[in-house]
Amino acid sequence: MVKKQAGTGPLSRRPDNSAFKQQRLPAWSPSLTAKTVLPTFYILSLVCLLLGIWLVITVENTYQLKVDYTNSGSCERCFELRKNATNAKIPCQCFVNFIVPKLFQGDVFFYYGLRNFHQNLRRYMDSRDDAQMVGRKKNLKTPSSYCAPPFDYDAGGVPIAPCGAVANSLFNDSFSVTYHPTTARSALVPLYRKGIAWYTDKNVKFRNPPTNGTFTLQQAFEGTTRPLYWQRPVYDLDQSDPLNNGFINDDLIIWMREAAFPNFKKLYGVLSRSQGPFTEGLPAGNYSISINYNYPVEYFRGGKEVVISTVSWFGGQNHFLPIAYLVTSGLILVTSFVLTAVYVKVGKKGKNMEE
Amino acid sequence: MSFFGLDWTRKKEKEVERKIRANDREYNSSFKYATNAIQTSKYNIITFLPLNLFEQFQRIANAYFLFLLMLQVIPAISSLSWFTTVVPLVLVLCMTAAKDAIDDIHRHRSDRQVNNRKVNVLINGKLVSEKWMNVQVGDIIKLENNQFVTADLLLLSSSEPLNLVYIETAELDGETNLKVKQSLTLTGDMTDNLEALSAFNGEVCCEPPNNRLDRFTGTLTCGTQKHSLDNERILLRGCTIRNTDWCFGLVLFAGPETKLMQNCGKSTFKRTSIDRLMNVLVLFIFGLLALMCIILAVGNAIWEYKEGSKFTVFLPRDQNKAFSAFLTFWSYIIILNTVVPISLYVSMEVIRLGNSYYINWDRNMYHARSDTPAEARTTTLNEELGQIKYIFSDKTGTLTQNIMTFNKCSINGQCYGDVIDHYSGQRLEITEEMTPVDFSFNRLADSKFLFYDHSLLEAVKLESPEVHAFFRSLALCHTVMAEEKKEGDLVYQAQSPDEGALVTATRSFGFVFRSRSPETVTIEEMGIQRSYELLAILDFNNVRKRMSVIVRNPEGKLTLYCKGADTLIYERLDPSCSKLMEATTEHLNEFAGEGLRTLVLAYKDLDEEYFSEWKQHHHEASIALEDREEKLDKLYEEIEKDMLLIGATAVEDKLQDGVAQTIEQLTKAEIKIWVLTGDKQETAENIGYSCNLLREEMNKVFIVAANSPKEVRQELRDARLKMCPTTEQDKFLIPETILGNTPKVVEDEHANGDYGLVINGHSLAFALESSMELEFLRTASMCKSVICCRVTPLQKAQVVELVKKHKKAVTLAIGDGANDVSMIKAAHIGVGISGQEGMQAVLSSDFSFAQFRFLQRLLLVHGRWSYLRMCKFLRYFFYKNFTFTFVHFWYAFFCGFSAQTVYDEGFITLYNLVYTALPVLGLSLFDQDVNAGWSLEFPQLYVPGQLSMYFSKRAFMMCALHSCYSSLVIFFVPYVALYDTARSDGRDGVDYQSFALITQTCLTVTVFFQLSLDLSYWTVVNHLFVWGSLGMFFILTFTMYTDGLFRIHPPSFAFIGTARNCLNQSSVWLTVALTAVLCVLPVLAYRYLCSQISPTINDKVRYKVHQTKEPAPRPRRTKLIRRSTRRSGYAFSHAQGYGDLVTSRRFLWRPQPARSTGVTPTGRSPGFKPTGRSAGYSPAGREQNPKQKVEPTSLQMFRAVKDSSF
Repeated sequence: MVKKQAGTGPLSRRPDNSAFKQQRLPAWSPSLTAKTVLPTFYILSLVCLLLGIWLVITVENTYQLKVDYTNSGSCERCFELRKNATNAKIPCQCFVNFIVPKLFQGDVFFYYGLRNFHQNLRRYMDSRDDAQMVGRKKNLKTPSSYCAPPFDYDAGGVPIAPCGAVANSLFNDSFSVTYHPTTARSALVPLYRKGIAWYTDKNVKFRNPPTNGTFTLQQAFEGTTRPLYWQRPVYDLDQSDPLNNGFINDDLIIWMREAAFPNFKKLYGVLSRSQGPFTEGLPAGNYSISINYNYPVEYFRGGKEVVISTVSWFGGQNHFLPIAYLVTSGLILVTSFVLTAVYVKVGKKGKNMEE
Repeated sequence: MSFFGLDWTRKKEKEVERKIRANDREYNSSFKYATNAIQTSKYNIITFLPLNLFEQFQRIANAYFLFLLMLQVIPAISSLSWFTTVVPLVLVLCMTAAKDAIDDIHRHRSDRQVNNRKVNVLINGKLVSEKWMNVQVGDIIKLENNQFVTADLLLLSSSEPLNLVYIETAELDGETNLKVKQSLTLTGDMTDNLEALSAFNGEVCCEPPNNRLDRFTGTLTCGTQKHSLDNERILLRGCTIRNTDWCFGLVLFAGPETKLMQNCGKSTFKRTSIDRLMNVLVLFIFGLLALMCIILAVGNAIWEYKEGSKFTVFLPRDQNKAFSAFLTFWSYIIILNTVVPISLYVSMEVIRLGNSYYINWDRNMYHARSDTPAEARTTTLNEELGQIKYIFSDKTGTLTQNIMTFNKCSINGQCYGDVIDHYSGQRLEITEEMTPVDFSFNRLADSKFLFYDHSLLEAVKLESPEVHAFFRSLALCHTVMAEEKKEGDLVYQAQSPDEGALVTATRSFGFVFRSRSPETVTIEEMGIQRSYELLAILDFNNVRKRMSVIVRNPEGKLTLYCKGADTLIYERLDPSCSKLMEATTEHLNEFAGEGLRTLVLAYKDLDEEYFSEWKQHHHEASIALEDREEKLDKLYEEIEKDMLLIGATAVEDKLQDGVAQTIEQLTKAEIKIWVLTGDKQETAENIGYSCNLLREEMNKVFIVAANSPKEVRQELRDARLKMCPTTEQDKFLIPETILGNTPKVVEDEHANGDYGLVINGHSLAFALESSMELEFLRTASMCKSVICCRVTPLQKAQVVELVKKHKKAVTLAIGDGANDVSMIKAAHIGVGISGQEGMQAVLSSDFSFAQFRFLQRLLLVHGRWSYLRMCKFLRYFFYKNFTFTFVHFWYAFFCGFSAQTVYDEGFITLYNLVYTALPVLGLSLFDQDVNAGWSLEFPQLYVPGQLSMYFSKRAFMMCALHSCYSSLVIFFVPYVALYDTARSDGRDGVDYQSFALITQTCLTVTVFFQLSLDLSYWTVVNHLFVWGSLGMFFILTFTMYTDGLFRIHPPSFAFIGTARNCLNQSSVWLTVALTAVLCVLPVLAYRYLCSQISPTINDKVRYKVHQTKEPAPRPRRTKLIRRSTRRSGYAFSHAQGYGDLVTSRRFLWRPQPARSTGVTPTGRSPGFKPTGRSAGYSPAGREQNPKQKVEPTSLQMFRAVKDSSF
């Protein structure tokens, strides 16, 4: 182990006198003393308290409204209809009414929510092909094995685009919300349905196969077929806007960003505040939602809902964090008192520190 | 044995008998005996990769990960990408392989060196220089002085008279004294006649290769004559030829079949107690893993039954729930594999290696005088140094310098040797600056002898008759042999260092012992050569404790000179000198009080008549067949009476520097020190007192010196009852099950005071019998210190084994000599004192340094730190890995037990390797609770280590529980905080990727804070590692989630953009902060409370350090407090036997005339030349056993191979 050093002298093998080798490196060695610990606790308690209060105030000014339409109102009928898979092609529309008790000020976001839908099952999550969805020619025609049967090739051996269970189970209900003011005519609540996905998803993660003026998207997708459960091919998802088609369709992108937990909501649209009564936000009053009820949830005893929410600097309505901070603050304070008591009783004079 | 070493045993039939014909290679080769080439290396270029991999995968951890890897290849199970396992595994394999390769290259190099040594082989009547590896069984080879013996040889002839060969067997059995081998006359007559030798066609028929060094049986058939061969005729590989110009030998066993190589399997691979604990814990972890996986698999089955079957529309799958659960089990085995940390073992090795380097680098353990730094020879035992409970120490050369110096004397009631200040009349401390007595008047004086009291020399010069008698007596009454190679260059060979010291001092004072023959002793008295006729030597033995010589001076006067233990000589003095006795007794007390070894000298004039009568009786007695000993003793007793007192000598057995202080420190650290010495009881006791091991203020020092098992048992029991009257008979055995073995563990019992125990060799032999060993151990372990005297090397090992077996304690053995090898190997930690005697002890030790006093630094500083660091490392390592893993477990309940990971695969791969590796490494390489100075100031800090307080099963469970809590926080806080909420831009925020990133961040930040809390010594490096790793997490996370990497391979980097889109959310940071606070603050509070309410010794010392704010105190040198009571010590440390030699003629050869062969013997005087440790007093003219640059022998190399396994 000891290296024979070159040169011989009386002290040729003497180790170097470096701080590192002699373990004398200058160092900061903090220790748990009352002077450091107690202030830390008190300060942290105070910080948590202030944060908690601030959060409480913030959260008080955000609103959220959930409208379950799984089988409520006129959707009962559609719910029954969707129980049978053979009726999948039969359209079904229903309405649900709800009341907005108070003006939802500012930007208002509309979400669709699913309950008990396990987007986080490993095999479900894996069943997608990101390489395909960046529009690579090769991958388009040869979906990854992760898409595994039956979502990679259809019965005729034609590759499916987009492949996999995730894409296949794309949420396909659609809503239109109508405002029924007591004084005026009912008005359709205008929603932005585009630009709601992450920028990186829309522009990097999901790309269409290359197209140009003559070579259309449909041609690009030639040789592939739509997923089993889809009614329209991928290049025709948004009939209103041809640029929102293919893999870069916002709804598809949002769906493809799988949820971490079985109950989740996904952004459906943002209130357009450019006109009418909606410039301030969503006014209080009666509303109704007209739903194209396509998505079957009864198989997995799931539920569907529409969620309307406003946000603050710190996100949507979230009561946990403010409360958690307040509780934590309290706990720390109690602990601080205990520690202080112990310090006064035992630690101050170093009573226990005698050997 | 090595891989290749096994080859020949497997290939060949078991050899029953070996037949060799000299000079007949053809005949011998028909038996396929091994050649002399040895191979200790394991690999060559081609075999390295497969063999090394094969070996590595035999290690359970590696095999486990290979198994995981195979699981990951199965798509139905694979829950993680293959690279999460492959990357760490490859890294670990590469590191180990690199280390193995380097080791093997060294081995190749040393093999080559050994195999390519040259030796002269007799081929076709000519001596040909051959490489060692080409020597074959049946060859006749010629060895020269100081050469290593090439193979196991039958000695044929030698240059020495009577065909003797002197060999040093230190490499083989550790004994440093020379041994004599003698060839058969039949072969010896061939001398170096090459013709005769090459015509020699003797046939040897002997035992098959074996490892018994002390036995050999065989026959040599030469023509019709048959001679039996025994060990006396055999030279073994590993020995060195000494004092012999040349010799010829016939190769019997070569290479791997030599006894040396056959003996190599012995050295065992030592493991630390942490290692053993780890083995248990790993089993436990496997159990935990299996349990978690079973729970999750059952959960999966239930989920599939209740929920999953309804979900098949969106995710078609097999309907068989049991099969699904089975697959899930394996999937979770893969995901949760991080509870069994692959990098743990590698990290532990790295930490130990690092801490070993600190030992090598420590300047405070470097001995400047011998230019010897401390050396950690085994790099895998460091933390064990922090847990030592028992130290077994050799005495000579370890506690003492093994240098005897004539220090003081009392002549005719006058004390010499102290330096008195002229003005104050005070005794002065002897220092280097004082001028020693100038012996230049005497050309034969020993230049290294120093004496500071000038009055003694003046008395000699004034021809004081008493002083002359004193020195004359010393010059005559001894068994030393003198060798005078050239005029005036005297070299003394003494069997005991005391005698050597005395004779050397006498020589300097002008009474020079020049030579002896069986009948005469020639001395030079103040320049006048006088030859005394040596009439009888009344030799020393254990009972007599004295020796006498009867000489006739040139004037014809008969005198008996006697020296020996005061008690015995005083009984035999003439009453006329009672006054002198009183004065001398006072001096003796004084000498003994200073820890000197004393001898009393007396003489008696004899008249011719009486003597001749006595001589007659003596002769009769010495040829008597019955009771010879008794008769002789009686005769000796008869003549050794009515002697006249001359004076007393005091010889200092010099302690090494700082021994007493070190022992005091170690005792404070609750370490029990047992001295195991080959010395006599009195000597050992004396040293025990002078080095603070036994103290006056001890309640009692028990001395067990009984002659029958019964008495020994009784004495031990009495001692125990005295120490602890309430001790119960058999309650001390607690059955302790360690992996199926049930050794009896002797619990510690508490004595009601400080006690010491001295047990002599005889009693020890009884005490170590299996029926009594527990009794002995029980008594001995209640004492603060134990001294075992007259212990054989084997017994040393037995004592160590006894404690090791029945005490749950870590043992350390320290020694310097070959006789300590056995105990060094037996103990958990072996320490060798280097730079003193042979390298034997060092070579088999785990740590070595030059001075005993470095032991306190090794244990109290390095050992303690190593242990502390290792424990902190393990605690933190388990914490961070468990926390990491348990989060998966909680997530399973939300993802339908589908084996979905919480984290990104990249994070899983890098968490252990990059994000957390360096900070914890920094922790375990740099952390110190208090610095070295304070560690030495408070030896009590060492105690927690002995009790394994920093890391135990309990600590491990605490870690697991702590992790459990942390993982709950880390999982559920983000879960609840983000559940059903939106981001500040209105987009939904709980997508899987965001959640993964948030938990990752929470985890990383939490373990970062936890580490910061654990780290008590923040050096620059720690700052760099800790902050760097945290920074690295963010840098690498952002890097892995970039567009560029995603474009290269979309499926692997599917997390693109998550970091950018997620970490810009204030709610995320609030969540992270909350998690960190919730995870870390309880720990902080708990630790603070603990340190306040029941502070550990560490807390106390840290508090004190904090309070004083002073730099660490300089190590104090405590002045040894001399005790006052007298401890008579008969200082001869030699055994019986030399007296016979001196008079027997056997070893006193006169150079013989040249023999018929025409070889001229060299002018070197042949003779007995013990160079063992017993002759190792240094005032003699030459350095004893000069430390040469000895090439390592193959045995040493082999040991290196054995010990180096990872």
